Amino acid sequence: MIKRFTTALALLAFSGMAAAAGPALQGDIQTQPTNWHAIIMFIIFVTMTMGITYWAAGRTKTSADFYTAGGGITGFQNGLAIAGDYMSAATLLGLTAMTFSRGYDAYIYMMAFFAGWPIILFLMAERLRNLGRFTFSDITSYRLDPSVRTMAALSSLVVVVFYLIAQMVGAGQLIKLLFGLEYNIAIFVVGILMMVYVTVGGMVATTWVQIIKACLLLFGGTLTLILGFSQFGFSLTTLLEKVTAVHKLGANIMAPGSLLSDPVTALSLGLGLMFGTAGLPHILMRFFTVGNAKEARKSVLYASGFVGFFFNVIFLMGLVAVLLVGQNPEYFEGGDIKGALIGGGNMVAMHLAHAVGGNMLLGFLAAVAFATILAVVSGLALAGASAIAHDIYARVIRKGECSDKEEIKVSRMATIALGILAIILGIAFEKQNIAFMVGLAFGVAAAANFPVLILSMYWKGLTTRGALWGGYGGVISAVTFVVLSKAVWVDVLHNAAPAFPYTQPALFAMPIAFILAYVFSVTDSSARAAKERDAFEDQYVRAQTGFGASGASH
Amino acid sequence: MSSVIYERLRRNPKFDELVQKRGSFARTLSAIVLIIFYGFFLLVAFEPKMLGQPIAEGSMWAIGYTIEMAMFVFFWILTFIYVRRANGEFDDLTAEIIKEAQKETK
Repeated sequence: MIKRFTTALALLAFSGMAAAAGPALQGDIQTQPTNWHAIIMFIIFVTMTMGITYWAAGRTKTSADFYTAGGGITGFQNGLAIAGDYMSAATLLGLTAMTFSRGYDAYIYMMAFFAGWPIILFLMAERLRNLGRFTFSDITSYRLDPSVRTMAALSSLVVVVFYLIAQMVGAGQLIKLLFGLEYNIAIFVVGILMMVYVTVGGMVATTWVQIIKACLLLFGGTLTLILGFSQFGFSLTTLLEKVTAVHKLGANIMAPGSLLSDPVTALSLGLGLMFGTAGLPHILMRFFTVGNAKEARKSVLYASGFVGFFFNVIFLMGLVAVLLVGQNPEYFEGGDIKGALIGGGNMVAMHLAHAVGGNMLLGFLAAVAFATILAVVSGLALAGASAIAHDIYARVIRKGECSDKEEIKVSRMATIALGILAIILGIAFEKQNIAFMVGLAFGVAAAANFPVLILSMYWKGLTTRGALWGGYGGVISAVTFVVLSKAVWVDVLHNAAPAFPYTQPALFAMPIAFILAYVFSVTDSSARAAKERDAFEDQYVRAQTGFGASGASH
Repeated sequence: MSSVIYERLRRNPKFDELVQKRGSFARTLSAIVLIIFYGFFLLVAFEPKMLGQPIAEGSMWAIGYTIEMAMFVFFWILTFIYVRRANGEFDDLTAEIIKEAQKETK
């Protein structure tokens, strides 16, 4: 039971919006009474972002504007937007819930989420910015055959679609819970708003939605914590004394639990989170929205500052909630504090907001959670649309012979198609156990996108043949491991035991991708391969100096 | 983009200096982060009890929590140090290299 719980939690915390995917939301979720405070605040958010979208539409003329806001975003703005993209509703709801029930284990997870950022900065940010234009496939196919671009675009789409499904199902269930709206209505609201933001306002609008949402999330979370923590005189010692006295884990609440007791799982999780983040197309895309490598570096500095700060806020929120929510019968089914929380385990942060700030703060935080989903979904849709329109259509099918206007038109159509697909899949998967989808998205990002991307930037010897084997090998092995693992093999396909014993594919799928890419590159003695190796030199100089990199268009 | 100018950038001894300095700086910092991070995960896997102990007799602060909080701060300071040096010293060097390569054209 514990194991099952931790596995579910693992995936939960792993995910963008996995709060939705977790067990707490799998059970019977009754629609809550309509929450007017939340709805009004959400309408204010939508009105404001629609205004921005209208303004952004006037600034979205070229494909560079559409995909990357013309490279005109500053490092500080981009840092906030990255934080907004990265801190999802799962961060707020899932990780407070995890702290509430499991204490310190949640904090370990947060470190795994956080530690990828310095690595991205030291090894990738600068080269990404210097080599890429609209998508990370621009970099992998810089000196290789267009078939590598197709491969990278397809694996981006795999990541985007699985992530979108998890987000949409999560959105529907969460909104049902927080706002008291019907599941299907919620799905349509999210799908349609996302299509409007992205098709009308492109990257400019998406960025501002993410920036506003990040500010609201930081503000709402910090305010809730301050109000709650003040009841303990802002003393961590007092707080911990009281928490250990009442929590079922007692003094062990501040010790690592069963979550990562298996070294293989711990290592695989660490790898998957660290390098999965470095392979998520919607995160990578954000590096092209700034003007140069300087701003790209600053983006990471600010983003990691906000993310690290917020994780610490969330951990303390979870501890405060142990006392203010966990000891208050008002928040439990039938008033029994040993029983289940009203609305399920993911409601901890919401109940805490209510406990310290009444209906007003509860409404505010609920609106922020909704805004969060919208911002993440919009970023995903834009990344998916750029893979379809820029990589597959303009570059591969039309071989770069397609006008700017036409490319934007195709990306708008692609966004609408992705929006409709997201709505359909969101409704189709309502009753499914979708916990595995986020694991799959991260697995593919870590095992397919990341290895080929990093090799193409660092290793002269990478050839088209090696990149294709590595990329497709990574996708196939990541998907296979996830399908054979407990999350799909047992929970979805109802087999007795998992065929693959670990929950995290990264430790196994990543080496497969690297080895395939290496072996099929070094044994490639074609003339094309020789030319590709020669072309590395120029790419290398550009990666290092930024000379010739696409700059800000305005 | 012309290969000639890349060739010229490449030949400048300052280019090697840039690549060498920045590369080894980035590698060192990455190694520090990775070693601390995976070292910490090994402690989580093999010494969970130790991490749960208080840092001093009677204190409420557990060793693991204290280490990890310090890691958050330390990793962020490393990003700050890297950004400072890369945006200052290394970017100045890059600008010089590009300027010198363009001068040759004239």
